[in-house]
Amino acid sequence: MSEADFRLGGWQVSLRWELRQKQTPLLSALTLLAALAMGFLCVGLAFMLLGVDPLFALGKIFLGSFGSLYGWKETLTKGIPLFLISGGLCVAYQAKFWNIGAESQLLMGAVWSTWFGLRFGESISPGLGIPLLFLVGFLGGALWGVIPALLKVRFGMSEVISTLMLNYVAAEFVSYLIVGPWKGKSKYGYPYTEDLPKHLLLGTIPGTRIHYITLALGIVISLLLFLLLYRTKFGYEVRVVGESPEAARYAGIDYVRTVVSVMIISGGVAGMAGVGEVAGIHHHLSYPGNISAGYGFTAIITAWLGNLNPLGGLLSGLFFAGILVGGDAIQISLRLPAATVHIFNGILLFVLLLGNFFLNHRPVLQIRRR
Amino acid sequence: MAGKNFPKKIQIVQMEKISKYFNGVPANHHIDLTIRGGEILGLLGENGAGKTTLMNILYGLYRPDGGRILIDGKEVTFRSPRDAIRSGIGMVHQHFMLVQNHTVIENIILGDGEAPFFFPQRVVERKLLQFQERYGLKVPPRAKVWQLSAGEQQRVEIVKALMQGADLLILDEPTSVLTPLEVSELFSILRRMASEGHGVVIISHKLEEVLDLCHRVVVLRKGEVVGEADTRKVTKEELARMMVGRSVVFSFDWKPAPKGEVVLQVDGVSVRSDRGILAVKQVDLTVHRREIVGIAGVAGNGQRELVEAITGLRKVESGRILIQGKDITNQSARIIHAEGVAHIPEERIRFGTVPNLLIYENAVLKRHHFAPFSDVLFLDYEKIKSHTEDLVEQFTVTTPSIRVPMKHLSGGNIQKLIVGREVSAGPALLVASHPTYGLDVGATEYIRKQLLKRREEGEAVLLVSEDLEEILELCDRIAVMFEGQIVGTLDREEATVERIGLLMGGVRGNV
Amino acid sequence: MVGLIVSTLHRTVMAGTSLLLGTTGEIITERSGVLNLGVEGMMNLGAAAGFIVTFRTGNVLWGLLASLVAGVAAAALHGFLSVYVKVNQTVSGLALTMLGVGLAGVLGKPYIGQQLPVKLQAVELPLLGDIPFIGELLFHQDVLFYTGVLLSLASWFFLRYTRGGIRLRSVGENPKASESQGVPVQRIRFLCTLWGGAFAGLAGAHVSLSYSTSWTEGIVAGRGWIVVGLTIFSLWNPLRGMMGAFLFGGIFVTQYILQPLGVPPNLLAMLPYGATLIVLLLDGLRKDKRSLHAPAALGEPYIR
Repeated sequence: MSEADFRLGGWQVSLRWELRQKQTPLLSALTLLAALAMGFLCVGLAFMLLGVDPLFALGKIFLGSFGSLYGWKETLTKGIPLFLISGGLCVAYQAKFWNIGAESQLLMGAVWSTWFGLRFGESISPGLGIPLLFLVGFLGGALWGVIPALLKVRFGMSEVISTLMLNYVAAEFVSYLIVGPWKGKSKYGYPYTEDLPKHLLLGTIPGTRIHYITLALGIVISLLLFLLLYRTKFGYEVRVVGESPEAARYAGIDYVRTVVSVMIISGGVAGMAGVGEVAGIHHHLSYPGNISAGYGFTAIITAWLGNLNPLGGLLSGLFFAGILVGGDAIQISLRLPAATVHIFNGILLFVLLLGNFFLNHRPVLQIRRR
Repeated sequence: MAGKNFPKKIQIVQMEKISKYFNGVPANHHIDLTIRGGEILGLLGENGAGKTTLMNILYGLYRPDGGRILIDGKEVTFRSPRDAIRSGIGMVHQHFMLVQNHTVIENIILGDGEAPFFFPQRVVERKLLQFQERYGLKVPPRAKVWQLSAGEQQRVEIVKALMQGADLLILDEPTSVLTPLEVSELFSILRRMASEGHGVVIISHKLEEVLDLCHRVVVLRKGEVVGEADTRKVTKEELARMMVGRSVVFSFDWKPAPKGEVVLQVDGVSVRSDRGILAVKQVDLTVHRREIVGIAGVAGNGQRELVEAITGLRKVESGRILIQGKDITNQSARIIHAEGVAHIPEERIRFGTVPNLLIYENAVLKRHHFAPFSDVLFLDYEKIKSHTEDLVEQFTVTTPSIRVPMKHLSGGNIQKLIVGREVSAGPALLVASHPTYGLDVGATEYIRKQLLKRREEGEAVLLVSEDLEEILELCDRIAVMFEGQIVGTLDREEATVERIGLLMGGVRGNV
Repeated sequence: MVGLIVSTLHRTVMAGTSLLLGTTGEIITERSGVLNLGVEGMMNLGAAAGFIVTFRTGNVLWGLLASLVAGVAAAALHGFLSVYVKVNQTVSGLALTMLGVGLAGVLGKPYIGQQLPVKLQAVELPLLGDIPFIGELLFHQDVLFYTGVLLSLASWFFLRYTRGGIRLRSVGENPKASESQGVPVQRIRFLCTLWGGAFAGLAGAHVSLSYSTSWTEGIVAGRGWIVVGLTIFSLWNPLRGMMGAFLFGGIFVTQYILQPLGVPPNLLAMLPYGATLIVLLLDGLRKDKRSLHAPAALGEPYIR
């Protein structure tokens, strides 16, 4: 599609797409807004085709998530894991390491912290225990995230494939644990583990489900990752590796060290999100679908939407949390299935891709007499 | 001399007044060239002389801006290689276009329009064996391409072209990847083809090979034909002179200076290329303080691998490299850089810059982890930015601001910034690889002055360049590389264009 | 006991059929150099389209046609963006999956719990079907099974022994060399993507029209991801893909049967994904990187 030629009467028309020379921030912002507008248009169209009043549905989504106090509470709750994970993904993606395994890194963080909490939790004070929970969760996610990094540098294995496969390995592992060796004895046959010790559960803001410690961590870590990427030596090296591996080699930057570190961060941070879900929301380990709820995949979109900047990831994380909550709202009021949210996500991701293309290419029209 | 069994081949190809411009620069200017069937023609010249461009036009890859092409008296226009192939012209490029993971037969089938749809391998293999018989081109048909040596892969390319019906075969620098044995095998194949009535054009910079193989030779320089000769009647010296020309400008900036102590010592170093063969063979070299040593030679004779070995980007197979007496053989690029080696890379944009990052981010590319640009964790952007401002001013880089992405700068300005970056660290050794290639006159002058300045300030400079003018203008000593070895070293006083030209063309001894 | 074995094997073959169809299609797509992670989405759309059209028209053939069209349409979106606009193929595929899963869920909502008036019936092949044991197993299957097997064999043959197959593989290995020989790289890649979509759609149809009894949300249950893994596990060879499809299908079916014997079903379910990783790892250990099985240009946008 880079070139199209056709004849129109006595004229020869050719359309070419050339690489843009200048990409001002203004252009970036405009493209983003245009992409979002296109996205909403398509979603509205989809609603119409499904027999739903698009304005009503879209309105319901946004009122449901940002229009009421309850909506805001739920949005922030759902935003917590997104804030954490998308920050980590920004770091990985800036090194062009396509980590699509955040779901499993979250789960492994949840697994390790559950193990720690159930095993040692009784005898530790909350002041010590809660930080340890997060540390253990970080380690769990980091170790799981390092595997694809090592597979890539040692065996040349595409990280897209390895992170994808490990997603399902981890999910099955969690399912195995909750119906097998870790099944809670007091849970009346439900596939859950025992609850974590009460004093290790994360406190929530009264009247909400917002586990504020994780929320604070999410915001602080996003800030730290922003500083990391744009103010530290390491962040500089990450960006060079991502933009030009050849120049990185020339500059003496160690590719292996960079890739491994990036995945420790990305996996570890996702693991911490897992701790939040277990210790803050569910209080025990249960179905992988409940614990990770697609956060790992949604965070991919928020990282992209945020232009791979962790601060942007915060904003877009909030936006998408709103969509998730709104999706629940529609499910109840319009009797649309929860899967509707996936349509939204898919369309938005597509328009973001197209927007990226327009940002990098401009059309050149040539009309010549034949 | 077409045999009675074979269809009539091309008798004569005429290129008349062919011109081609790239961004206003003439790559080919009013070139007349005649190629006859049954003849092996050598197209001689340095890199950038326009040989490959001319042949790319003949092969349909480029359209000429002026002139025309006639085959057997009929004018032809090629819009793509497919047209050229259909007219009987084939080309074997310097970089092979083969699918490594497939077998030889499968590669031939790829371009064979006549192969049957089902079980094409059988038919093609039979055809291949026939061609092998006829031309003596031995390739194992069922081998995977990656298993073959460079010489065998080249033969696959030749067979491919022949089986597509090439009467005229163009080969671009064919011997650059071959062992001496493979070279003589190639030559006998080509002679056989010529005796069958095929026309052959060899693009080369190697004088002795051209004289050995070709019937006639045409010399290009700076886009124009500067000479033509029958190879039985011309001497190497004459060819060398034609090839490199007589223009020599001695810069008044150069003053004699006493050499300092040894900064770079290369002892018997051998380095492998990406293909796995030795690109640098037992090279010895020294560079002193207050000295510019030039490595002359046509690109592709091992200079790149040597530079990469010195700067830590490639493993040394054997031998040692010492910087100021310290053995840095096979150390990492970072360590070598810390020992005081700066490097202006050959592919400046791809290796020397990160195009999407901003100018000031590029300005500290290799030194970002040193003070004053960073402490333990953080980069000090204030210092980085002010350093960049200094560089931009000092080295007259034209840019609206330092907050602009690097890719917005013109080629000359990019190079000025790179030079500034490498030089401002006050290195003990500056390795400059083709530093003025493709730059305009102003930028070229500026950078040459900078290199001289380094020498004046007591540094050691290793200059790799194909530009003889530059080499003669700047260097104290000149080493010429050919096929991985240093075939001759000349002091400034004894260096003449002819002598360097001969060495560059591979003629050793008695220089 | 024998009856149990036979019926388990029969069910295995049925479970493997959709994997077989999806994998054989995706192998062609990936061999041409396009990575399509949207298989789960395409299979969902195929399942939904097939179910809904069969339900409404009472005719399974219309349903099959609908699922094929749905798969092709979905693949066209990804194909266009990947081949012509040259976007990041990983992201485009993921977006397609999200879109497909979502649309299928929404469109299928009214049909949850409903059963089809007609299902895809098993067709007994004359003569072959009378062979004891094997006949019951292999030749009493539905038409999609036979299609899948034939397709797998035909794909293998096509890739290996035809001019078109060699061209296709070259496009996936070295598009530049192919283009220089006059092969239309972009057109081939786009068509192969559509082809993969067609069979992903049919694979989905098999789930909703043959394997399952009624429509549920999430009926495809991640089979599309198994197909992605299976494509790699088979090292892009359609015959290995066929064996792997029934192997993985078997795991699907026997997961719960082996449970009383002390084998945790979830650990079994991990096998397909783990096995894929191991196979790829072993391939990566090969001394010469150029002999890897993955198409060399897989997933890289080709810029002329």
